[in-house]
Amino acid sequence: MTTETIPQAPAPVQSRGNRKQARRNTLIGWTFILPNFLGFLAFTLIPVVAAFALSFMEWTSFSAPKWIGLANFERMFASDSFWIALRNTVVYALGHVPLTMALALLLAMLLNRKLKGIGFFRVAIFFPYITSLVAVAVVWNMLFSPDSGPINQFLGAIGIANPPGWTSSSDWAMPAVIITSVWRDMGYYMVLYLAGLQAIPTELYEAAEVDGASAWQRFWNVTIPSLRPTTFFVVVMLTVSSFKVFDLIVVMTNGGPGRSTTVLSQLIYQEGIGEGKFGYSSAISLVLFIIVLTVTVLQFKIQQRRER
Amino acid sequence: MTNMAEDLKATHVTDAAPLPNGAPTAEDRRRTDRKRSPREQKKRTANMVIYGVLVVLVVALMVPFIWMLSSSLKENNQVLTVPIQWIPQEFVWSNYTDIWTRIPMMGYLQNSLYLAVIITCLQVLTGSLAAYGFSKVRFPGRDVLFLAYIGTIAVPWQAYMVPQYIMMQNLGLTNSFNALILLQAFGAFGVFLMRQYYMTIPDELCEAARIDGLSEYGIWARVILPLSKPALASLALLTFVNTWNDYMGPFIYLTSNRLWTVQLGLRSFVGQFDAEYAMIMTGSVISVIPILIIFLIGQRYFIQGIATSGMKG
Repeated sequence: MTTETIPQAPAPVQSRGNRKQARRNTLIGWTFILPNFLGFLAFTLIPVVAAFALSFMEWTSFSAPKWIGLANFERMFASDSFWIALRNTVVYALGHVPLTMALALLLAMLLNRKLKGIGFFRVAIFFPYITSLVAVAVVWNMLFSPDSGPINQFLGAIGIANPPGWTSSSDWAMPAVIITSVWRDMGYYMVLYLAGLQAIPTELYEAAEVDGASAWQRFWNVTIPSLRPTTFFVVVMLTVSSFKVFDLIVVMTNGGPGRSTTVLSQLIYQEGIGEGKFGYSSAISLVLFIIVLTVTVLQFKIQQRRER
Repeated sequence: MTNMAEDLKATHVTDAAPLPNGAPTAEDRRRTDRKRSPREQKKRTANMVIYGVLVVLVVALMVPFIWMLSSSLKENNQVLTVPIQWIPQEFVWSNYTDIWTRIPMMGYLQNSLYLAVIITCLQVLTGSLAAYGFSKVRFPGRDVLFLAYIGTIAVPWQAYMVPQYIMMQNLGLTNSFNALILLQAFGAFGVFLMRQYYMTIPDELCEAARIDGLSEYGIWARVILPLSKPALASLALLTFVNTWNDYMGPFIYLTSNRLWTVQLGLRSFVGQFDAEYAMIMTGSVISVIPILIIFLIGQRYFIQGIATSGMKG
């Protein structure tokens, strides 16, 4: 998205070096943008820049800001909680990204056909995505109840003698969170894949069929390559959103049991807003930003090389 | 991206229309031609199989909702039973009348509604204005400014929530709705979504209106806005739902109970009375119903909005 070139709108009035006209245009342009821009500048742009600067400062709710260079980062890299949170965030991403992507694609392929009532199925699968997170977390927490929750009853019924303790076990809390988030997000990515599938010309499939390609070969040699731009976009969006995961964890496990599901965003919240260590928490957020940026740029490079 | 949205729309339309004129449906063919070719027969069976798979799949995916609804009509001790009771033995409708006195649910709903309406109105108004400036008026520095907008979409908001919080603290706005309104009403996302749509409106239209003597504001209000109803609807619905569902914003800024939104109220209820399973589910159902209604009315715009912008916020 960010790399899209911005097409030039033609000048509204013939600009024959008419400086007065140009100035008028600037004025008009700004009056349109200004109401939004003021809010955007004050509450997004300035905080973004401030977050960078704060990472290099010592500033708590009890002391004045002071420049300390890289000391925040040294402290962070020596801290246990940072590494645990980073590890948990990566584990979450490694589960959430491939599972959501695979299921979203599968659902999109199932739903990409003209059948009566197909719209209902699409809408039903999409709905979890816009359901409030608290309701989702609360319901899944009950479904995951270790003793008499429906999920463990089901696992028992299919012969699993020792079903996991899910959110009450430090090994299984993260998988429980991942399952919930995959369930919630896949409808959204399904919509993106559906849009991608519908953009593939049917001639490609017809030609492949004439050449005697099997269904699997058609999937592998027509669908997958044609979906590459969509897949790229889906992977970037999913990875970025995985590294930002926050509210689902806060509501579902609050980082527990122990620190088994604490993630980076939560650490930023705890250190910055909870304990008022503004500088230190900004250093963690800078790391979060750099990770997100690196992942995006990396995937972009891979995509570019494939296209060549 | 936009033509994808149109494609999606097109299929939705054909899905909804029972019998489009012209193209013969399977039904027609069956009537006119008793003998089905083996190929058609095969296709019919395949369709039946797909229907079967889809029904099973959707039911499986809807289990959490079914469970939520069924549990909301039970006694507490009937919720987590072995074996599972999908249909309550006895429907406890009183859960739906008792919850209003157990927690200030009405107040929570009002707060959520207030925030969602104000933020949506401001976002749609300022977003569509700015998008006009970014797409239809040409002036120096415009594109650099737009890049700044896009750039911040890529920054996770957790990365700057602490400076935002410090700012709000200094303005004395923590624990007030104003903090959330100021933080969420001027998002870059709305500008981006509207601009993407305005780019598809031909400039010739604006040009013609200019020749007719309309001012730029007149063009925005009388030419562009009426043409961009679908995009406005998408943005309004997405913003409303996002604000209604938002947990972290209210969690950080709203500390006193009388300001809480539905999400905060529900979460706190769960924290305090974690054994009141049935009532918790009743609250969950109530918190989801407004979203369900809005979604059912405007589902087409949600899906189009996502296909157009490719992102939520």
